[in-house]
Amino acid sequence: MSSSAVIADSAARSGPPGRGAAFLRRLRSGDQIAHVLVLVFAASIFLVTVLLFFELFKGSALPRHKFGFLFFATRVWDPVAEQFGALPFIYGTLVTSVLALVIAVPLGVGAAIFLSELAPPRFSDNLTFVIELLAAVPSVIYGLLGIFVLVPLLRAYVMPFLQKSLGFLPIFKGPIYGVSFFAAGVVLAIMVVPYIISVSREVLLAVPADQREAALGLGATRWEATWQVVVPYARIGIFGSIFLSLARALGETMAVTMVIGNDPKINASLFAPGYSIAAVIANEFTEATGDLYVQALIELGLVLFLLTIVINGLARLLILVTTQKGTAHE
Amino acid sequence: MTRYTWRKAVNAVMLTSTGLCALVAVSVLFFILGYLLWYGWRSLSWSFFTQLPKPVGETGGGMANAIVGSGKLLGLAAVIGIPVGFMGGIYLAEFGGSTFPFLVRYTADLLNGVPSIVMGIFAFTVVVLPMGHFSALAGSLALGVMLMPIVLRTTEDFLRAVPDSMREGGLALGAAKWRVVATVVVPAAFRGIATGMLLAMARVAGETAPLLFTSFGNRFWSRGLSEPTASLPVMIYTYAIAPYDDWHRQAWVGGLVLLSLVLVINVASRKILARSQ
Repeated sequence: MSSSAVIADSAARSGPPGRGAAFLRRLRSGDQIAHVLVLVFAASIFLVTVLLFFELFKGSALPRHKFGFLFFATRVWDPVAEQFGALPFIYGTLVTSVLALVIAVPLGVGAAIFLSELAPPRFSDNLTFVIELLAAVPSVIYGLLGIFVLVPLLRAYVMPFLQKSLGFLPIFKGPIYGVSFFAAGVVLAIMVVPYIISVSREVLLAVPADQREAALGLGATRWEATWQVVVPYARIGIFGSIFLSLARALGETMAVTMVIGNDPKINASLFAPGYSIAAVIANEFTEATGDLYVQALIELGLVLFLLTIVINGLARLLILVTTQKGTAHE
Repeated sequence: MTRYTWRKAVNAVMLTSTGLCALVAVSVLFFILGYLLWYGWRSLSWSFFTQLPKPVGETGGGMANAIVGSGKLLGLAAVIGIPVGFMGGIYLAEFGGSTFPFLVRYTADLLNGVPSIVMGIFAFTVVVLPMGHFSALAGSLALGVMLMPIVLRTTEDFLRAVPDSMREGGLALGAAKWRVVATVVVPAAFRGIATGMLLAMARVAGETAPLLFTSFGNRFWSRGLSEPTASLPVMIYTYAIAPYDDWHRQAWVGGLVLLSLVLVINVASRKILARSQ
């Protein structure tokens, strides 16, 4: 294809000099047309993002004016009385996401250390392949397994065990229903582990080999070299991966909706059912009657949008900084 | 115990536990596959692919309309999202300067991280509210917007992987830049770009949240693009949270079909990519 294009070009040039030059000029202005064309498409990504924010902002005018900042501080969500407070949902979203990180970070970073430092390259690549497939599993499938497999398992074994051994802590008190903050946090943890592993492994692999060799040469054990030299070198990138998965966890909808219990209450116990921002939008949007109700849900969407934008922005910067320079050269 | 044996012991314990972490993470996938096969395979039948859902109370029936509906939504989403991502990617890799491309790239990464349910709200306010009813069009818009940043970044990456000598060769022969891009650079990167697009489609194919209040759902066939349309992920969700045993069985079958589809596309395209590198 390219050779025919070249032939056409040289044919055009071998014609009368005036015509050939004009043809060439037109081809060059084709460059400008092409430039403008692709620029328009690229700019539309930017415009869509701005429009997205604008629509959410415009669509939530009523509750923003009516409740102001009280929207975030009120714990009553009563559509019938037109009282809308977002606190229970914000609480639920934060608690489940933090719980997910508490479980997923040690597991993910540990696995990433194994894959980058210990496993033979081929073996490591194959395991990473499987782990990245996990990231492709649709969230509704995590929810399906959550309802029918994980929740019964947690209710029958894990939760009674935690209550028996650590029941003096307020977070493990109260009756056990199964659907709960705890179940949502566990499902989220399972969902974000692949992200932590694959990004952390990348940044760990980007640590120069001489850092390891220097530590080992000084007589450090393999673990000491990893934990005191390699991991600190890559720490900003690892933080980036954690922020990235935090953003995922905050916005995750289906799996959480299916296991959190959907009860807008604030409860210190992780075993109590709760609600999250994304879950209330998913459940109530189609049934919402009245402008104020719909717009309150859109405002929750706006909160979620801004939250994930900020956290993602931070995560991208952190990852950018480490993969390009390495923490030690800041 | 001497200090040295203590250090050796810590080393062994910690290294073993990192191995265990990896083992746990990897085994999750096999658990998921195992459970879906165990529950889904028993109820898998032809009628699942060929029949409409039966009315509540009757057992049997299938999700034929949801499978076709998902196809319809994805096709239209591709029409909306892929041109923007592809052309934008060409801009970033071939025509960009320094400031604006950085802005576009960063915005795309942020857009990629916006929760899918927020895309649903966007499509709702832009399409559903003006039209006054749920439609396939609204669902496709939500999915299409999700496709844009993913396709943009993969297109850019694969174009950047094309060696500069190929561009220089084309330019040295006197071809204009757009011609070099269109006939040399893009064809050279085409396999990677197409596979990347396929991966992006596989990712949005499993999305449920943005469809809940855009394409909604439908227990019958939907005509055209302006009617509420059933989709496989939403159907799985509705059936899973319903109180009927027969619906649960069908949800498992739906899950098995959806997951197989997504995993087959993922494995195949990753193999193709690995081979071409």
